[in-house]
Amino acid sequence: MESNLITEDKHKNKLEKAFEILKTMASKPSGLIGLTIVLFHVILALISPYIAPYDYKAISPNTMLLAPSAEHWFGTDSLGRDVFTRTILGGRTALTVTFFGSLIALLWGGLLGIFCGLVGGKIDDVVMRVVDAFLSIPWILAMLLIVSLLGTSTEVLIPALGFFYGKGIVRVARAATHDVIAKDFIVSARARGHSNMSIIWNEIIPNVRDAILVEGAMRWSWMLLGFSSLSFLGFGVSPPTPDWGLMISNARGLMSFAYWSVIAPIVGLSSLIIGINLTADAFAKALGIDRSTKAPV
Amino acid sequence: MNEIIESVKNLSIGFNSQKGKQISILRNVSTNIKKGETVGIVGESGSGKSTLALAMMGYIKQGLFPLKGECLFKSEDLLKMSSRQLEKIRGRKIAMIPQNAGQALTPNLKIGYQIDEALRLHTDLNKTERDKKISELLNKVRLPSPETMAFRYPHELSGGQQQRVAVAMALAGKPDLLLLDEPTTGLDVTTQAHVLELLRFIAKDTGTSMIYVSHDLGAIAQVSDRIVVMYAGEIVLEGPARKILKEPIHPYTYGLLKSIPKLSLAGLPDSMPGSQPQPGSINEGCSFYDRCNLAIDHCKKNSPDLEHIKELDTNVRCFNHKELINQNNNLQTSITKKTNNSEAIEVLKLKDVSISYAKQKFFDQLLNKISDQNPTVKDINIDIKKGETIALVGESGSGKSTILKSIAGLLKTKDGQIKFENDRILSSDLKMRNPNDLRAIQLIFQNPDESLNPNHTVEQILSQPLKLYFNLSGEELKKNIIDLLKKVRLGEFYMSRYPRQLSGGEKQRVAVARAFAAKPDIILCDEVTSALDVSVQAAVLNLLQQLKEDLGTTYVFVSHDLAVVRAISDRVAVLYQGRLCEIGPSQNVYKFPSHPYTEVLLGAVLEPDPDIKPKLVAEDIVEEKPPEKGCSFQGRCPRKIGDICNSEVPPWQIGENGNAIRCHINIEELASLQQ
Ligand SMILES: Nc1ncnc2c1ncn2[C@@H]1O[C@H](COP(=O)(O)OP(=O)(O)OP(=O)(O)O)[C@@H](O)[C@H]1O
Ligand code: SF4
Ligand code: SF4
Ligand SMILES: [Mg+2]
Repeated sequence: MESNLITEDKHKNKLEKAFEILKTMASKPSGLIGLTIVLFHVILALISPYIAPYDYKAISPNTMLLAPSAEHWFGTDSLGRDVFTRTILGGRTALTVTFFGSLIALLWGGLLGIFCGLVGGKIDDVVMRVVDAFLSIPWILAMLLIVSLLGTSTEVLIPALGFFYGKGIVRVARAATHDVIAKDFIVSARARGHSNMSIIWNEIIPNVRDAILVEGAMRWSWMLLGFSSLSFLGFGVSPPTPDWGLMISNARGLMSFAYWSVIAPIVGLSSLIIGINLTADAFAKALGIDRSTKAPV
Repeated sequence: MNEIIESVKNLSIGFNSQKGKQISILRNVSTNIKKGETVGIVGESGSGKSTLALAMMGYIKQGLFPLKGECLFKSEDLLKMSSRQLEKIRGRKIAMIPQNAGQALTPNLKIGYQIDEALRLHTDLNKTERDKKISELLNKVRLPSPETMAFRYPHELSGGQQQRVAVAMALAGKPDLLLLDEPTTGLDVTTQAHVLELLRFIAKDTGTSMIYVSHDLGAIAQVSDRIVVMYAGEIVLEGPARKILKEPIHPYTYGLLKSIPKLSLAGLPDSMPGSQPQPGSINEGCSFYDRCNLAIDHCKKNSPDLEHIKELDTNVRCFNHKELINQNNNLQTSITKKTNNSEAIEVLKLKDVSISYAKQKFFDQLLNKISDQNPTVKDINIDIKKGETIALVGESGSGKSTILKSIAGLLKTKDGQIKFENDRILSSDLKMRNPNDLRAIQLIFQNPDESLNPNHTVEQILSQPLKLYFNLSGEELKKNIIDLLKKVRLGEFYMSRYPRQLSGGEKQRVAVARAFAAKPDIILCDEVTSALDVSVQAAVLNLLQQLKEDLGTTYVFVSHDLAVVRAISDRVAVLYQGRLCEIGPSQNVYKFPSHPYTEVLLGAVLEPDPDIKPKLVAEDIVEEKPPEKGCSFQGRCPRKIGDICNSEVPPWQIGENGNAIRCHINIEELASLQQ
């Protein structure tokens, strides 16, 4: 009888909802550009091993520092390796490492944040102090220590990056949880006698998920920069793995006469960072989350 | 007196929808404000009353724009003025008092300084003149000791005092027109009555015209000379206050008045079906058509114009208004409810219950005890009978919600016991209660926006208790959900809706359905209707009563509104500062003798009747903490008899109406004093 309030359409399954969010994101130019860039990079990363024209580690003294040409679109580097091959494969490395790194950051940061927001009180205080203390160590020094102890394999890099970039997520998840648990629907669930797990799963997570995901997307772009900086400094993945940070580092002395060897990885890295940033912003807007108040750490 | 200050002509205001359609939220509104007159604008939430009031200041909210019409202030159109011109008018000629004065005051500046600012901005007085004016203004709004008030910060004042300061600031520029948007909503009943009384005084004293916007006809009735009733963006009725309230000739106003619970009437108020249409959803016909019980076919296709009725001096927008002219003696009726007098089995007993919010000291924590000599709630003894509705009444902070929370097990008691069914003691720790006890006691909250998970559909919301308590799943679960929705008069198609897609009343119905899903014995209702519009409130009250009669549920009903309490409850317990003052059958609450605090509360009830004025007997001060000893009401009691009130806890006495009163004054004497 009542309600003329159907402002939104009725039932939707998860897939339709995801599609709806994508559509909203793409409806603004910035979101569309961001999505296109990210999609481009992801596709390239997926197919790069099959389309790479050369072997990424094939050193050849005959082809050192060749300028871009029909055979070598982006030229060659100081060891005679094809820059195009190494650039597209470098994207694959960067995306893989940071994607899984972000996933780890989301997982531990999100869970710990929700836990702290839930229990509150002393435990929350102590945990937050520890997290702060741990992360007030300059991360790059800490990474240095870790890498020199455990090596620079991706098995070390991914969890290490994930650990360092989870801090902001702990904060956001904790704040979001704090907001939610004061609400009456949580009180109501507690009064009904639902278990803590059921309350976390049914009542809290659906309400903090969006904020955490957006934060995760943001962290992803920062992690990308961090990871490339590590490689640039020589503490990231080790040669001859194709990696943008490494490529930039190797070629930086040759800038003046072999600009091509450094331009491609720079363009790749910065476009991906910008793309993820734009996407994360559009994602936040589509979900109705205001990020403007949260200053990046 | 007949000079027109502001005149609104054919004003329409709208916005562009996402689909690019133009949707109007105010349609063809015309009205005049005369000098020295107070006009009350009343309507449900979403009826456009605030939009109209703001437009009268030349202010249009972002996203909205005027479609046509004008707002003439002293024959200049405010809507065409530049912001420079408007600045000269706002504050000086037209001043506004916002809903939440506490938030409108700057927290870190002293009151006197803020008034001084307003004076500097809006007048040309010099420093000494301003200083004089500040204490004059504070005097005028009757703040106790205005001199010291000027040196206080906003947070050091009570809600009522903050509202008074806002009035003082608005008066600083000697405005011709004062705009008040829900100025008393959110204040305590006694405070509300005091602020209204002040406004009436100011109107008379200064001759300022006022526009008083509210959803509360009771408040409007106290201050207005003329009333404008808005519905779905249109004026549906307009005229002298007395005529509108006593002889409403529009079906909506008629229904609205009937849906307000009244102190003098036992039983539940009539409710109107349905809810107000959303902007943009009416294309043709009368906007009240689907809720109107006088509607005829003609109304469906044709929209009525505002028609002037000379003999009543009112304007009405209805084809059928003549039918109502002679019906108005029916205004004083209500739906009788079955009272429950069956075998008085007690289901829930509160015995000497005390509850404290004090932080436990370390040693007490070890010993698991709370040491607080002066707890928030103390010595509550109430026996609740099966099938009855018992109401807890009191102002904000009186501990009503606190008591409910500890019955639900959400708050530990400090002392005393809560006994359920055959004197079985319920653990004060939720985790220690057995699942069946948890099921048997359910809670409904004040604000359905907060009590329903925004990310769950109605189906998910209702399935939670069903899964938890009865392990239902699949088809059976679905069938039960549909049954529940039917019980609260909602259709099956609501299952897939999210809370944001429901109106306030519908949300509260879902919350009611969720509580009933557990097949509870007792439902604790915490101000369940105070976030709702009056017409919706009546519907929810009727629904609760119906469900109770069908299912034999017991309600513990918390409210600050004595009229609502009288309508729904069988017994009422009055609380002040966490201590019981009076308890007795609710049909007698308004009969004397009453506890002096009940008397104060009764005096402050605002009825939608210009002839019933509130009786103000106590100061509207707010006490921070209950007194250490003696009577809890000693700080504000208008009948205080002396030292004994400060030193000894008063005894319980039983009055002739069967209500127990806790006061040192002899009960017969109290009765004769109150006559
Ligand atoms: N979590 C808390 N910590 C400390 N004090 C509290 C807490 N909750 C409430 N109080 C205090 O306990 C007293 C009673 O509060 P309660 O919420 O029970 O009042 P109420 O009668 O429900 O008021 P309202 O009408 O505003 O809902 C108030 O003085 C309040 O400030
Ligand atoms: S015009 Fe018709 S539908 Fe509208 S209020 Fe009057 S009788 Fe009811
Ligand atoms: S005991 Fe004294 S202070 Fe308390 S209500 Fe009675 S007269 Fe007033
Ligand atoms: Mg309360």
